Amino acid sequence: MKCEEVSSELIEHLNQRADSAKRRDVEEHLAGCAACRKRAEELRGIWNVMDELPAVEPSFAFDARVRQRVAAEPRRKWFEFFVPQPRLALAVGLLIALMVLVMKLPLKNPGTTATTAATQQEDFNAIKNLGVLENYDVVTKMDALSELTPVAAQPEESPQSGTASND
Amino acid sequence: MLDVKAGDDSSFDFLLQKYRSPLVNFLNRMVRDSSTAEDLAQEVFLRVYRARKQYTPSAKFTTWLFRIATNVALNSVRDTRHRKMEVSIDAPTDDEDSRPMELRAPEKRIDEHLLERDRIETIRRAILALPEKQRAAVLLHKYEEMDYAEISRVLDCSESALKSLLFRAYENLRVQLAPLVAQPVAHRAGEGRPS
Repeated sequence: MKCEEVSSELIEHLNQRADSAKRRDVEEHLAGCAACRKRAEELRGIWNVMDELPAVEPSFAFDARVRQRVAAEPRRKWFEFFVPQPRLALAVGLLIALMVLVMKLPLKNPGTTATTAATQQEDFNAIKNLGVLENYDVVTKMDALSELTPVAAQPEESPQSGTASND
Repeated sequence: MLDVKAGDDSSFDFLLQKYRSPLVNFLNRMVRDSSTAEDLAQEVFLRVYRARKQYTPSAKFTTWLFRIATNVALNSVRDTRHRKMEVSIDAPTDDEDSRPMELRAPEKRIDEHLLERDRIETIRRAILALPEKQRAAVLLHKYEEMDYAEISRVLDCSESALKSLLFRAYENLRVQLAPLVAQPVAHRAGEGRPS
């Protein structure tokens, strides 16, 4: 056993708690090493000096005070098992609120959004024309409109021709 | 403790009787004044009572008890240090009246008694001068006679870290207590003197 190893084992050796094999190794080393033996004696001296510190006894009122404080502790009632703790109640409440919020939100589906927009446009056109259909004069003169010749759609001017005329 | 968990109050009384002295002694050596030590010991028993339903016998009861006690003591030491930064380490620890009853031999002469009191005060100061965790480790090792495995569970550290902690603690004590080791105990030295 080396001096460094003995140094770390000396405290347990003093305490008489080291196992017998380790104790024998330490004692063999101490028998042949004056420096470690001196150190072991110093530690033994400290160990014995520390024994001089007297034990104290608790005051006479100690037990009574502990019992008094224990008696003052609130006892749990049988129904408290069903009462959730405030933190748990808050967490459950928040979770329920979040679930309700998520269920109320519309689904973010682009196909559904387009269909809804087209339906809304058709409804708007029907409502817009409703006033015309309810107007009796317009309905009675509807036949006269059929005698009009359809106007041919005018072709759009090309951007190139417009540029040329400007020049 | 399992009986206390089951609701048997007389078992709590048994625990109180069995562990109050070691607990008060440990706390008295951890903190500066004895009335605080008693208050802290009461607090420890109260915490044991409050936590009785959560107690699981995975370790020795003393390990659990002293773990609570160490945490309570360390918190108190840190709080006191913040409150009383101006108090010197050399200041008297507490007044004579507030000290707990020490078990002394009544037949000692007054000079022997004074010398013995000085020695005790030196030892007490040397222990109190240790950093808190070293102090707890030394007290559990020396006075509560716990082994490395148990102390490491109380202090929540590895055994190798504990060995290093104890080594440093006893090194500090070796320096602080060297004069007492060299000087013989007063009443033993005076045994041969004529009265």
